[in-house]
Amino acid sequence: MAPDSTKNGISRRRLLGGAAALSVPAAIGLNGLVNGNSGAALATNGEAATESPLQGHEHGGFIHAGFAPDRVVDHDRNGFNPTEILRDFDYGKTRRLPSGRVLREWEIVAADREIEVAPGVSYEAWTYNGRVPGPTLRAREGELLRIKFINGSEHPHTMHFHGVHTALMDGMPGIGEDRGGGQIEPGEAFTYEFDASPFGVHLYHCHVAPLAAHIARGLYGAFIIDPKEGRPEADELVMVMNGFDTNFDGENEVYAVNTVGFHYINEPIAVPRDELVRIYLVNVLEYDPVNSFHIHGNFFHHYPTGTSLKPIEFTDTIIQGQAQRAILELEFPFDGDYMFHAHVTEFAELGWTGFFRVGDPSKLTAAAAASMYCDLPWGAKA
Amino acid sequence: MEAGSRAERPVGSGLPSWALGLIPLLLIAVAIGTFAALGGPGLGDRNGPPVEEVSVESTVLHPGQIELTLQNDGPDPVEIAQVAVNDGFAPFTADGGREIGRLGSTTLDITYPWIEGEAYDIFILTAVGGTITAEIPVAAETPEADLDFYGLMALLGIYVGVIPVSLGMLWLPFLRRLGSQWMAALLAFTVGLLAFLAIDATLEGLEIAAEAPAAFGGASLVFAGALVAYLVLAGIDAWLERRAERATAAPDATQGGASDVGVAGVAAGGAYLSLLVAIGIGLHNLGEGLAIGTSYATGALALGAFLVVGFAIHNTTEGLAIVAPLRKGGGEGERGLGLWRLLGLGVIAGAPAILGAWIGASAFNPSLAALLFGVGVGAIARVIVQIAPSMRDEHGRLLYPATVAGMLVGIAALYLTGLLVTV
Repeated sequence: MAPDSTKNGISRRRLLGGAAALSVPAAIGLNGLVNGNSGAALATNGEAATESPLQGHEHGGFIHAGFAPDRVVDHDRNGFNPTEILRDFDYGKTRRLPSGRVLREWEIVAADREIEVAPGVSYEAWTYNGRVPGPTLRAREGELLRIKFINGSEHPHTMHFHGVHTALMDGMPGIGEDRGGGQIEPGEAFTYEFDASPFGVHLYHCHVAPLAAHIARGLYGAFIIDPKEGRPEADELVMVMNGFDTNFDGENEVYAVNTVGFHYINEPIAVPRDELVRIYLVNVLEYDPVNSFHIHGNFFHHYPTGTSLKPIEFTDTIIQGQAQRAILELEFPFDGDYMFHAHVTEFAELGWTGFFRVGDPSKLTAAAAASMYCDLPWGAKA
Repeated sequence: MEAGSRAERPVGSGLPSWALGLIPLLLIAVAIGTFAALGGPGLGDRNGPPVEEVSVESTVLHPGQIELTLQNDGPDPVEIAQVAVNDGFAPFTADGGREIGRLGSTTLDITYPWIEGEAYDIFILTAVGGTITAEIPVAAETPEADLDFYGLMALLGIYVGVIPVSLGMLWLPFLRRLGSQWMAALLAFTVGLLAFLAIDATLEGLEIAAEAPAAFGGASLVFAGALVAYLVLAGIDAWLERRAERATAAPDATQGGASDVGVAGVAAGGAYLSLLVAIGIGLHNLGEGLAIGTSYATGALALGAFLVVGFAIHNTTEGLAIVAPLRKGGGEGERGLGLWRLLGLGVIAGAPAILGAWIGASAFNPSLAALLFGVGVGAIARVIVQIAPSMRDEHGRLLYPATVAGMLVGIAALYLTGLLVTV
């Protein structure tokens, strides 16, 4: 029995060592900047680690939750790439009506499609225009919008827009079938028409029952109405927070922004330094009551629903229920990789985590990054 | 007969008998081959998505590492895509590849900083989005299978198996002075004890079989094991009896009456019966060893002195059961059963606890364990059938106060001492 207790002692020490290594990056807000071993070295020697932020992850160490490193999602086969979705705004086709007003038109096709939501994990999605989330429809306040919806799926669907419009244009089954609207059966089409109002960041989604299933399958997208006078110029990003119940048990297995879990870990979002960044954030997550957005090393101005030009708070974390959305505006003052994730940490570790990459990441060292937050050498007492 | 066969000759009557035996076999092979080559004509495509049934065969914990061995138990191949520990995806590698064919297996090496004493729920995402779940109720480092460890398990096996069983056998000289009523009661004690063990082993076997992949038989393994063991031992008994008959036929032909066979067999084989009891108890102790080993490996076992003492008391009664049949032969030249042979019986009954502990702590396979438990049950059942005749009184009754009391005491003894050793 003596050798046994010795062995446990060793393992416990090892475990404590591992825990210390993990807690270092967390404690200084540098998650992912150093790998476990150099984290331990930093804690004792103050030595700088020069590896790139993602190396530890790629090497299979446990810095933060992540997928097995040997494969990535095949975006070509999916037909869309979350990196491109970020800045892909669909303005439709416009023409001026005799009244002088702008008419903006889109054609949206619903289709069933298998997509890869995590490396190696396929999901039988229902899509608008072949992608999840559907296209980010963008218009300007006061325009007349016409969206021709063609149902190419095997199931009945609708497009239900969040906005101000008549009952017939609400995409609601049971309302307006006699006029060709309501629930749109497979192979049928309907054109929604309404004014772009009010300005803000909104969403659209299918409203056919069972509602949860139709939304969870991927039938949703962001819908942005710019104010008449526009907004200050910025690097604009669309982030639709979603999740996937891959085994259909009423709970999500994978969480993400723009569908693919951990995508922005593998491909950090490149953003400029000292320039305005605007995020159109929409929560469509099904089966979970709240979602959240948190950014590391920075704060943002929060414009709920984007319907006011004045922010309501300056913060680094917000929560959203399903269909809640917001505009977030921020500037990054320092180069480096900054994590963003749901501060519902369970979601974060199941895929809803990414990085912003500011400036030239090759300039970054852990020591340089650490100096941004702490003047004192590691281990020294204030 | 002749006329009939001439009128309508039976099919194939002109062929040699080996050909008659072979032709249907060949036709079956051709039919199966054709069916498979044509891809099951007329059956159409599968109705619905693939069936994914994967069982977790073993869980091994090393610092920062969780190793899961998976077995595909279903009809379709399964591809492992991702692994999440306590609702967080974790990097992993698959030693046997990510794709597991039918009845194939693979080992996932998951990188995760688990912490001793915490509970972990693991879900494994397959390529089609299905989930396989595994549970670690209390995390503890899996002992390295090194010399120290095997030494410890061996010591444990000797403590709980060999020593107490051997000590129990020390009652033999005392038994030899008891009257025949006492002897019958003692054999009944053995039977009661064995019956309890059989029930216990069946339940335990079924419990383990529930974790084993259904494709390998699951619970039916326990019963198949029992049946096979019983039949094999019965066959050996019949063979030994025939040999004994032949040996005694020449000097004393009249003794071979049918009614005497059982008694003669027992009389000739007090030592043989003891051996059978020792084997049955040995298989039971293998199970005990398995339980100790797996509990130790998963960190669920506190190797306290109390547990060891409990097992020792429990198993001492088993030693008594082994030597009980020897008592009968006491007066009939069985004194030749020397100390070494007694010790041999003790090792047969006790040493499997060591083996069980090794297997349980290192290479535990639920299907194999279920089968072994079944074998133990079958052996015990055969031993009971063998012993029972020698419990009969002068009227040929099996159940009378002495034997009933003996059996009840046997059952009670195991039940009560068993309370000491809940693993």
